[in-house]
Amino acid sequence: MMAKPFFRTVYDVPREEYLAPGHGLCAGCTAGTIVKLLLKVAGPNTIVVNATGCVEVSTTPFPYTSWKVPWIHVAFENAAAVASGIESALKALKAKGVIDPSKRINIIALAGDGGTYDIGFQALSGMLERGHKVMYVLYDNEAYMNTGIQRSGGTPVYAWTTTTPVGKILKGKIQQKKPIAEIVAAHKIPYVATANPGYFTDMMNKFKKGLEVNGPSFIHVIQPCTTGWKFDPRYGIVLARLATETALWINWEEEEGQFRVTVSVPRRKHVRHYFELQGRFSHLTEEEIEAIQKEVDLEVDKINKLVGRTVIGPLVE
Amino acid sequence: METVLKVTWKRLPLSSNFAIAQAVKDADVDVVSAYPITPQTTVVERISEFIANGELKAEMIHVESEHSAMSAAIGASAFGARAFTATASQGLELMHELLHIASGLRLPIVMSVAARALSAPISIWGDYTDVMNTRDTSWVTLIASTAQEAYDSIIQAYKIAEDPRVFLPVMVAYDGYAMSHTYEPVYVSEKADAFKDYIPKNSQWYTLNPEKPITMGSIANPDWYYEFKYQQVVAMKNAYDVVREADEEYGKRYERKYGIIEEDGVEGSDITFVTYGGIFGTLKEGVEELRKKGEKIGLARIRLYRPFPSEDIAKLAEKTKALVVLDRAITFGVGISGPVAREIISSLYSRGIEKYVYSFIIGIGQRTVTEKDIAAIYEKVKDMYVSHEMQKESIYWGVRE
Repeated sequence: MMAKPFFRTVYDVPREEYLAPGHGLCAGCTAGTIVKLLLKVAGPNTIVVNATGCVEVSTTPFPYTSWKVPWIHVAFENAAAVASGIESALKALKAKGVIDPSKRINIIALAGDGGTYDIGFQALSGMLERGHKVMYVLYDNEAYMNTGIQRSGGTPVYAWTTTTPVGKILKGKIQQKKPIAEIVAAHKIPYVATANPGYFTDMMNKFKKGLEVNGPSFIHVIQPCTTGWKFDPRYGIVLARLATETALWINWEEEEGQFRVTVSVPRRKHVRHYFELQGRFSHLTEEEIEAIQKEVDLEVDKINKLVGRTVIGPLVE
Repeated sequence: METVLKVTWKRLPLSSNFAIAQAVKDADVDVVSAYPITPQTTVVERISEFIANGELKAEMIHVESEHSAMSAAIGASAFGARAFTATASQGLELMHELLHIASGLRLPIVMSVAARALSAPISIWGDYTDVMNTRDTSWVTLIASTAQEAYDSIIQAYKIAEDPRVFLPVMVAYDGYAMSHTYEPVYVSEKADAFKDYIPKNSQWYTLNPEKPITMGSIANPDWYYEFKYQQVVAMKNAYDVVREADEEYGKRYERKYGIIEEDGVEGSDITFVTYGGIFGTLKEGVEELRKKGEKIGLARIRLYRPFPSEDIAKLAEKTKALVVLDRAITFGVGISGPVAREIISSLYSRGIEKYVYSFIIGIGQRTVTEKDIAAIYEKVKDMYVSHEMQKESIYWGVRE
């Protein structure tokens, strides 16, 4: 039997803010939403290690900072390794009595898709294998947005980016998105989850669980990007929800090896609704959209079989 | 003079690698992160044994690369722990990006480097090309020439790095193989806490503390970046005095000191050899033979590579007629291609000191250098000096062209 979720409605969200306003993220950027809610869950006894990326550059233009908790940026590919060092230092200083052993300090590594799927992958795998008590949060906007929308291992198939342009012969990205959360889960760490800011209480409950487990945890959050995905800034959360409503993005968690879908979708929408709001997919043909729909249908079947009941419903609109 | 703590020493047969591991234990390091690479590996093997036996209370992070080794050391140091790592050659190259960040964040990390040649072709043998490649990373760099000095230098390195006038990482380099894997008698402290007054644990640098939150490693635009870098220039300048003071105090407390440049018979000599690292031993032997024949030869060993001791070099040069610099590294594509020779020439030129400086490249990839080579180099230099020959290109000693 599952314990009741901690965050159930908007009234459960703490009022304290640890990400100060005035940062330089784009209007309509959902990364700010994710980080703000993440810090509300984590609270003040938290250290954040931020990989190079949008959040890093937008929140810390010297001499200003948006961070009300200790924060460090070292490089692009090593957030997991830096976090490993901090966690080991915390352990060592507790063992030597320099820091009160009962003091709890959350260590969070925060990185985008480039810093996780690609350049930071080795450091991440190392951190997971060594079992550091660090929560790694991936905000996935599905391309190198900070450098100007280049494709990453997290970019979905067909998506337009500046390095996968829509030309006469090649039309968008050729390859599939790397299943990063599944790869992380294969490391058999205590807690892995996917989350969506459109379902913020679910996301916050996952942050909470991730911080509580005794070992590494990984939260993969989809992060609609108005600039890179080319949609009207007001649709960020609408798109985030559509990703789940179409089952292109399934919110699940794996806790001590137990897989669960945490947001069930009784009536599923056609992927068309998700694609038509985004400029990066505007070149897709009907056939391509239908081909993707078929793949999603297969994935949904697989998930329902895995769970043992219908958590993702049939296509209705 | 203040009261000197009585330290009892035990004399052990140790390689420089083991001497360094012993120093890491005696410095009561909190976090060690390292990745295996020849010829460094026995440093962290021995540290692992100390931890496994409870002789050192520290966290060992078995990272998956040197890039992560330095990243984890940065994280640990940023949290206020005393951090250590060790590497060589390709590992140092893989860390290179982070070397700049460790110093830019002003973190007092200490690292030992068993100097080794760089690929390609791959060579596991010693030279100093890896160390010389770190020239512009803003790390204080000491080069030891004995296992005893390697031990003492690690202890001194924490004194230097953690000084608020410096707050920069410190590298202690020594010869891969020739030192890392050969045994010498080394005096090490009998008691674990012998150095606790010399290098007290009171982290004064900026750290990640939830009670006093700060932002480290933020983005600096053209209106601020330059000032950050200039502060490193100042810290490096300060480091010179701090290195000297740390060595003096070490000498007072523990009766061993090394100075900035080790000299022998330079005053009134005709020609002075200048080098660094373990090859100094061979040089001493070789010169001794020559002196017996009545040659007036000086000897000097540079112990501090960064900050570069230009004033000391100027003073040294005033006492002799010509300098021969033996470099174990090549900076490609320039006539005088010995990295230290170039520093010496620039130090003298900017002070208006006119001396013949002859640059020799030796011991690349552990090409053997013996006392006979020293004698032959001396003869060659004598001829050049007598005929007032200036050198536009380094001499690549012993190479098959």
